[in-house]
Formats: sequence, C-alpha cells, structure tokens
Amino acid sequence: MKTFTKKRIDIMVEAPLLNRLIDLLERQEVGGYTVVPAIAGKGTSGTWHRDGQVGRVGAVVQIFCIVDESRVDAILKPIFEMVAKQIGIVTVSDVEVIRPENF
Amino acid sequence: MEATLNLAIANLTSPMILFFALGLAAALARSDLVVPEAIAKGLSLYLMMAIGFKGGASVAQHGVDATLLLSLLAGILLSALIPVLAFNALRLTTGLKTVDAAAIAAHYGSISIVTFLAMTTAIEGLGIAYEGYMVAVAAAMETPAIIVALWLVFRGKGEKSAGAEQTGSQFSPGLMREVLLNGSVVVLVGAFIIGMITGDDGLQSIAPFIVAPFKGVLCLFLLDMGLIAGRGLIGGARNLTAPIIAFGIYMPLIGGTLGLLAGAAIGLSTGGIALMTTLAASASYIAVPAAMRLALPEAQPAIYLTLSLGVTFPFNLTVGIPLYVAFSQMIA
Repeated sequence: MKTFTKKRIDIMVEAPLLNRLIDLLERQEVGGYTVVPAIAGKGTSGTWHRDGQVGRVGAVVQIFCIVDESRVDAILKPIFEMVAKQIGIVTVSDVEVIRPENF
Repeated sequence: MEATLNLAIANLTSPMILFFALGLAAALARSDLVVPEAIAKGLSLYLMMAIGFKGGASVAQHGVDATLLLSLLAGILLSALIPVLAFNALRLTTGLKTVDAAAIAAHYGSISIVTFLAMTTAIEGLGIAYEGYMVAVAAAMETPAIIVALWLVFRGKGEKSAGAEQTGSQFSPGLMREVLLNGSVVVLVGAFIIGMITGDDGLQSIAPFIVAPFKGVLCLFLLDMGLIAGRGLIGGARNLTAPIIAFGIYMPLIGGTLGLLAGAAIGLSTGGIALMTTLAASASYIAVPAAMRLALPEAQPAIYLTLSLGVTFPFNLTVGIPLYVAFSQMIA
C-alpha cells in the first residue's frame, strides 16, 4: 500500500493548559487533533499520578496532531511560546499516512 | 479552657477527621489505597451541590438581610487583604522568590471549600446555627486573592513576565473566566440559587439524597484528601524549609483572626463567625493552583500545593476547627 510521510506533533503538557492549547491548534487551523489522558509518570518536576490529584494541577495530558511538513514550523512556534515555561514535552516525529489529503 | 479541650477531642475523634487521618497514614505508609479520579470528582460535585443547596434553602427560609451584603463585602476584602499580608510575611521570613511568594499568597487569600464543609459539619454537630448565605461568601472569596497576587508580581513592571506573555494570561479575560466558572463554583453557586428558588419544600423533596448521606460522603472524600495530602508531603516535603512550614501554621491563625473580627463586627451568629474565620484561615488547593499554573508558570507548584494541602489543610482540620469554634463562641 502506498503511504505518505507526514509529521506528528506530540505535546505532553500539564492539564490546566489544555483548553488554551486546543484553542491555539484551532487558530492554527490544524485539520485534527487528539487528546489522550496520561495515567502516571515522572519527569524533571517529579512524579505524578492521575488518581493522586485533588485538582487538575499535577495531571498531564497528551495532545497530538498530524500535519504536513511545510506547516510544522508555523505551528510549533506559538506552541513553544505557550508551553516554554510549563511542565511538559513537545516532540515531532515522522509518520506514514494513507490519506494525505486529510493533513 | 476545658470546653475548648472537649471541643478539640470531639473534633479529633469525629469520623471525618479519623477518615482523613486514615488516608494520611495510608499514604505515609505507602499503601496502594486510592480513590479513583472520577469517583473523587463525583464526590466533590455532590458535596458542592449539597452544601450549596442547603445554604440556598436556608436563605429562602430566613430571608435576606443587610448582613448578607456586608458578609460578601467582608469576604471579598479579606480575600484581597490576606494575600498582601501573606506575601510580606513570606518575603520577610523565607528566601522565596517574588513569584513563589505571590503564588503562595494567592492560595491563602482564597479558600478551601472542604475545610468549610468540615466546619459546617462540626458546628451542626454542636447544634450551632449559621447563616446559609456563608456558602455565597465562600464562592465570592475564591477570586480576589488571585487578582491581588498577580498585582503583587506585576506591579511596577511595565512589561509582563515572560511566562504570562507567552500564555497571554495575565489578568486576561480567559483566566478570569476559567477561575470564575470553574466547575466547583458553578455547582456551588448554581445549587445555592436553586435552593433559594425552591426553598424548604425543594430541600425536603431531595433531602434523602443531599442531607442524609452528606456526612458519609464527606468521610469518603476526606479519606481521599488524606491520601492526597500524605502523598503530596512525601513528594514535596523537600521543597519546604522550616520558615515556609511555619508560615503554613501561623498564616491561617492570622487570616482566621481577621475573619473572626470581621464576622463579629458585622454581627454574624456564632456559627457564621466560625465559618467566616474558617474561610479566612483556609487556603485553596484546587482553583488557585490551576490559575497559578496559567498565570505564574515560573512559580513552583511543589511548594504552594504541598504547603496548602500538606500543612495548612490538616492543621485547619485538626487544630483549627475546634480553635475557631471556641473563639467564635467567646467573641459572639
């Protein structure tokens, strides 16, 4: 089957920032995105577990979207400005898709 | 003195405090006991709904008077004033950065609704009446502290901090909307209004759901709070120095004294004064931390969350409640 290379942007970020990040992706007119709850983890800011939280602080969510390589820089710049001071990780990786017109 | 001691013993041996202690002990012993996030959220919604509704029904029954407006005003002023005191105390006694001191100060100006719930349960158990509208005062005290804390950081600076600029969050309508319309506040205030509209008839019609199981649900919720506080202490204790921990103990006493005097000055009942004292003494750990992550991302959550949840919340629950009741009885 023929596949096409696109870029996947993964953003792991503390949960209070989720709505703002989604607004940003909407403003960037990203064709689609998915939000995934993370259960537990450890990073430079310490360990955390979703069940051990009283509010949203300390919980982490993952948002990912798949875009064409030509749009990566334009999308990453405002994302980075938003999350630079926050707890989280942003990664970009190559993925193969079957329907390139969707991205 | 003996009465205060009896109050303290009765409080410490109440089911809610013992369940909190169980959670705390289980966490410190590294038990795998956990209340799933969705259940904890459901319990929290239930408690907000019940306390809001009961408050509204009480106002419908007893009517609205000038003390309601005065109480709201006093609550807002306390929420704005306490962060200034807290900020200066932290700057004088700890080596914390401005941004960390301001973030902590916001927590202490705002309120802990669970401490408020625990106090209502304690005074109801003692047969002390209180003004139902204190629920509305609690809701009004959530936000002013956040605005004052941001002002403490950004005053005199022409520019925004890097973090605030990047998230576009300083005093932004988005941040204020998120704080004012956070789920807990919406349910609390919404249920209060529904309680006011439907009155005692409404309360009686749903009493088997919101009155009878209330204490049991609060116990389960406090078990979870104990677990969270204990795990927060294990993870975050290394971030707390002795002066910071001391602040977590004396600041509620300072705030509580202001609440006590304000409650007495506006002529609240003994129960009302005890609740005003509790609100002024308590520190937020839900609404304010979320707001601080957006507005002051440079401030360390491990400090403000551990201090509020791991030090001040248990202090208020165990020592504060009987103390505030005793002083309220003396001053009323």
